[in-house]
Amino acid sequence: MSGKIDPMHQFTVEPLVPLHVGSYDISLTNSAAWMLATLAIIGVFMWGGMKRQVIPGRWQVATEGLIGFIDDLVKVNIGPEGKKFTPFLFSLFTFILVANFLGLLPLAIVPGWHAFTSTSHFSITGLLAIMSFSLVLIIGFWRHGLHFFSLFVPAGTPWYMLPLIIPIEIVSFLVRPFSLALRLFVAMMSGHILMEVFGSFIANGFGSGSAVGFGVGIVSFLFVVGVGMLELLICALQAYVFALLTSLYLNDAINLH
Amino acid sequence: MDLQSAKMIGAGLAAIGTGAAAVGVGFVFGSFLQGALRNPAAADGQQGRLFLGFALAELLGLMAFTIALLILFVF
Repeated sequence: MSGKIDPMHQFTVEPLVPLHVGSYDISLTNSAAWMLATLAIIGVFMWGGMKRQVIPGRWQVATEGLIGFIDDLVKVNIGPEGKKFTPFLFSLFTFILVANFLGLLPLAIVPGWHAFTSTSHFSITGLLAIMSFSLVLIIGFWRHGLHFFSLFVPAGTPWYMLPLIIPIEIVSFLVRPFSLALRLFVAMMSGHILMEVFGSFIANGFGSGSAVGFGVGIVSFLFVVGVGMLELLICALQAYVFALLTSLYLNDAINLH
Repeated sequence: MDLQSAKMIGAGLAAIGTGAAAVGVGFVFGSFLQGALRNPAAADGQQGRLFLGFALAELLGLMAFTIALLILFVF
């Protein structure tokens, strides 16, 4: 009557093309395949939009709009010196955005297929966060040398507060990559678990054949529609928040207060 | 009480934290609206701070969720 609900199964990384070099397993997994699909979609989107026509078509307007969005973000948060980081932030934003949206595709209606969210794994988001954090460190030490450590001393702090403030600032600085990665990964994973659980409620409710089960199925269906729309919002929002926080951290490194 | 039941209760307790984060996120957006309706001209310039506050408040709820998952699936 009621199937076992297994919400974690959808996050399994399984090899599609087994490949072993020596003792290393470098198989093409479904995670890697979805990341390649993400890359392909971004590539097609950019290729179709970078026509440089004087009177832009719809596609070019869409591409320029996305670039302009990130350009504004950089201008507001970093200032004129941040212009050279626009490509990095743009790549970060579009990759996370497209990867999030690809994971929501209703591909499971094709038997044997299911959409995989590559950003719902800590290894992927952690790598993205390490990339932006190491960029912050490299830029900070490159531009300011050892003076970069004055980041830990907020301007205008009274001297007797320093023993308290400096450890707090150091901890809050060191926890940045962790919180950046955790936010994206948990937001993606929790949304997918929620949808999976309530999707199972629909299947089990209608499958049970009783009136109560039917009612549960209807309510769960309405709930899943709402959660699905919320998930679309969260996907865009988390990509934006990742880009926004990276730009704020870069601002710290570039314009040392 | 055996370990399995204690784990379930612990995970349920950890999930309370997500509700607290919901209060926090609601507070962030509510306060923003209060300010934005008084001075709509200045509201657009503060959207970055709005989402920063949202992200910071939301993170704590997500951490509570992570703790619940760790209790359920890892230990």
